[in-house]
Amino acid sequence: MKQAKKGVTFNHNPLLRPDLPVWRSRFVLLCLLGSSVALVGRAAYLQGVNEQFLQAKGESRYARVLEVPATRGKITDRQGDVLAVSSPVKSIWAIPDDARLDPAQTRQLATLLDMPVQELNQKLAAVDKDFVFLKRQVSPELADRIAALKLPGVHDQREYRRFYPGGDVMAHVLGFTGVDDKGQEGIELAFEPALAGKPGSRRVVKDRRGNVIEDVQSIRPPQDGKEVALSVDNKIQYLAHAALQQAMVEHKAKAGGVVVIDAKSGEILALANAPTYNPNNRVKLTGDQLRNRALTDTFEPGSTMKPFIAALALEKGKVTAGTVINCAPGRMSIGSATISDAHPHGALTVAQVIQKSSNIGAAKMALSFPSETMWKMFDDLGFGAPLKLGFPGEVGGRLRPASSWRPIEQATMSYGHGISVSLMQMANAYQVFARDGDIVPLSLSRVDTPPVHGTRVFSPQTARELRQMLEMVVQPGGTAQQANVPGYRVGGKTGTTMKLVGGRYANRYVSSFVGIAPISDPRLIVAVMIDEPSNGKHYGGAVAAPVFAQVTGGALRTLGVAPDAPLKPLQVARQGVAGPAPVREAM
Amino acid sequence: MARLTGFLVMLVVASSLGVVASQHQARKLYAAVEREQQRSRQLEVEWGQLLLEQSTWAAHARIEKLAREKLAMRPPLPGQIVAIEERP
Repeated sequence: MKQAKKGVTFNHNPLLRPDLPVWRSRFVLLCLLGSSVALVGRAAYLQGVNEQFLQAKGESRYARVLEVPATRGKITDRQGDVLAVSSPVKSIWAIPDDARLDPAQTRQLATLLDMPVQELNQKLAAVDKDFVFLKRQVSPELADRIAALKLPGVHDQREYRRFYPGGDVMAHVLGFTGVDDKGQEGIELAFEPALAGKPGSRRVVKDRRGNVIEDVQSIRPPQDGKEVALSVDNKIQYLAHAALQQAMVEHKAKAGGVVVIDAKSGEILALANAPTYNPNNRVKLTGDQLRNRALTDTFEPGSTMKPFIAALALEKGKVTAGTVINCAPGRMSIGSATISDAHPHGALTVAQVIQKSSNIGAAKMALSFPSETMWKMFDDLGFGAPLKLGFPGEVGGRLRPASSWRPIEQATMSYGHGISVSLMQMANAYQVFARDGDIVPLSLSRVDTPPVHGTRVFSPQTARELRQMLEMVVQPGGTAQQANVPGYRVGGKTGTTMKLVGGRYANRYVSSFVGIAPISDPRLIVAVMIDEPSNGKHYGGAVAAPVFAQVTGGALRTLGVAPDAPLKPLQVARQGVAGPAPVREAM
Repeated sequence: MARLTGFLVMLVVASSLGVVASQHQARKLYAAVEREQQRSRQLEVEWGQLLLEQSTWAAHARIEKLAREKLAMRPPLPGQIVAIEERP
């Protein structure tokens, strides 16, 4: 310490000797104090007052909210066979600005997407857009191969696509979904709230490499869509579809529909329409193919209306089944108009009026009621108002208020002219004959506890008598002998109407048949409608009745309904009794 | 006093190591759960696809075509049907 010896220590530094003013050191001290107070204050503010902002910022560095996808519910038939199911697919999209591909890459991508190179270039050239779909709904395998190319600006996104294994057989019942997996037609639209799944979301912690390492909380659990079980039976539906298609070809018809209803429960077992389409490939879809005619189109039913008039006459005690009505000479004038029979008849009993389908007979019965009574019956039968099945586009048909009816209109309505109904309404109304006089609401979804009583329209006695008349229609002397089903007693009524074209009846026909089976204990109601058969035949008994027979026979066997008519030759094998060799039962 | 402090420091170190180990374990288990959930989703998708495949193969139109064309089957004629009655 040489310096110390010299006596020049810091404290005794001569340079410091001249006294500094005291305020200077105080000032520095104050500055230091002030700034530390400011720091503490700031820290307190950040920690205490504004802590949420910082916490959120911090969390955003590692926490992520993930969407959890939910799948759309399946649609099954009454046995649980799958009719519609969603399967994941991918959509390929691109950010045009980022997607700078060299020609080789573009070619590669175009081949994978099965798309001309030019079209792809066009899509990628849309610089004013931030987002373009290159192709939607490709298979996951293809999407993986595209991802493996590691092209800049090309991404994929998970979506769902609906598949319909039944194809055109079920098309009109099921409808279809759009590209966003939302229902657009048919059951898919009607049951949208139940079928649609609700995607959920959850908050997770991700590490630096993007792996999820911790589940923080589930914000909303995903809800998969519910499975919907229809009342439709896949096999009966196929029978109806196949029989209808065959009749369409055979009679060169424009359109047609078949409805099968379980009379015990009101369930719709089959609903087939023609022309139809393949819901899996809707590229060439036209509105004509799309129509569910049985529910959304109305037609003048024609003679299928007559049994209701006969039932009303029986119910009100105006006639009995054996009462004779004079139908000669096959023509009748009401006011200035004349109505006539297709084939002139003489005197017919009420049962024969139904069997031979006499317009005069039906009109004479109808004119014995006040118009309100007839209107009330039509209303009870469900005509003039939609059935409320919940199916999109259902129509109610036309039933004018009774006060506006003229006598000629009341007469023509008795044989189904001047009133319009849908095929489903007609099948619905025939419940009164199949069910001892009452009507239960129809259902498109499976009914596990069938209603016991419906809305009563006629007495059981009337229904039983009408069943016998309906059976006479398919017997010798009736209009629909081709409706016979071997092994079963069936009954029904034919209908043939000319179509109104531009307000006038043209030489085009609608042939229909509505029947019930088996007569001893009706289980099924089958309604058939063929629009514009143009291959020579047009009577309901020749065009629609064979379809009825084909569908009813198959459906009764499918349901395992015991035959109620002696089959000739019928072989009965009893247990323990040697019978003939078993015969293979076909579908 | 110093000895107690040393002991406490050791306890703190041990427990913090424990925290690290258990956190690691938890993350590993979580990753496993995640993998299994992924697998369950994948299996569900596959199930849907298999159902689809099944109903495509078992479509009535296809069965009827095969039965008629390949196996030369046909619906039985009325006389060929045997009704079997159960003994009461």
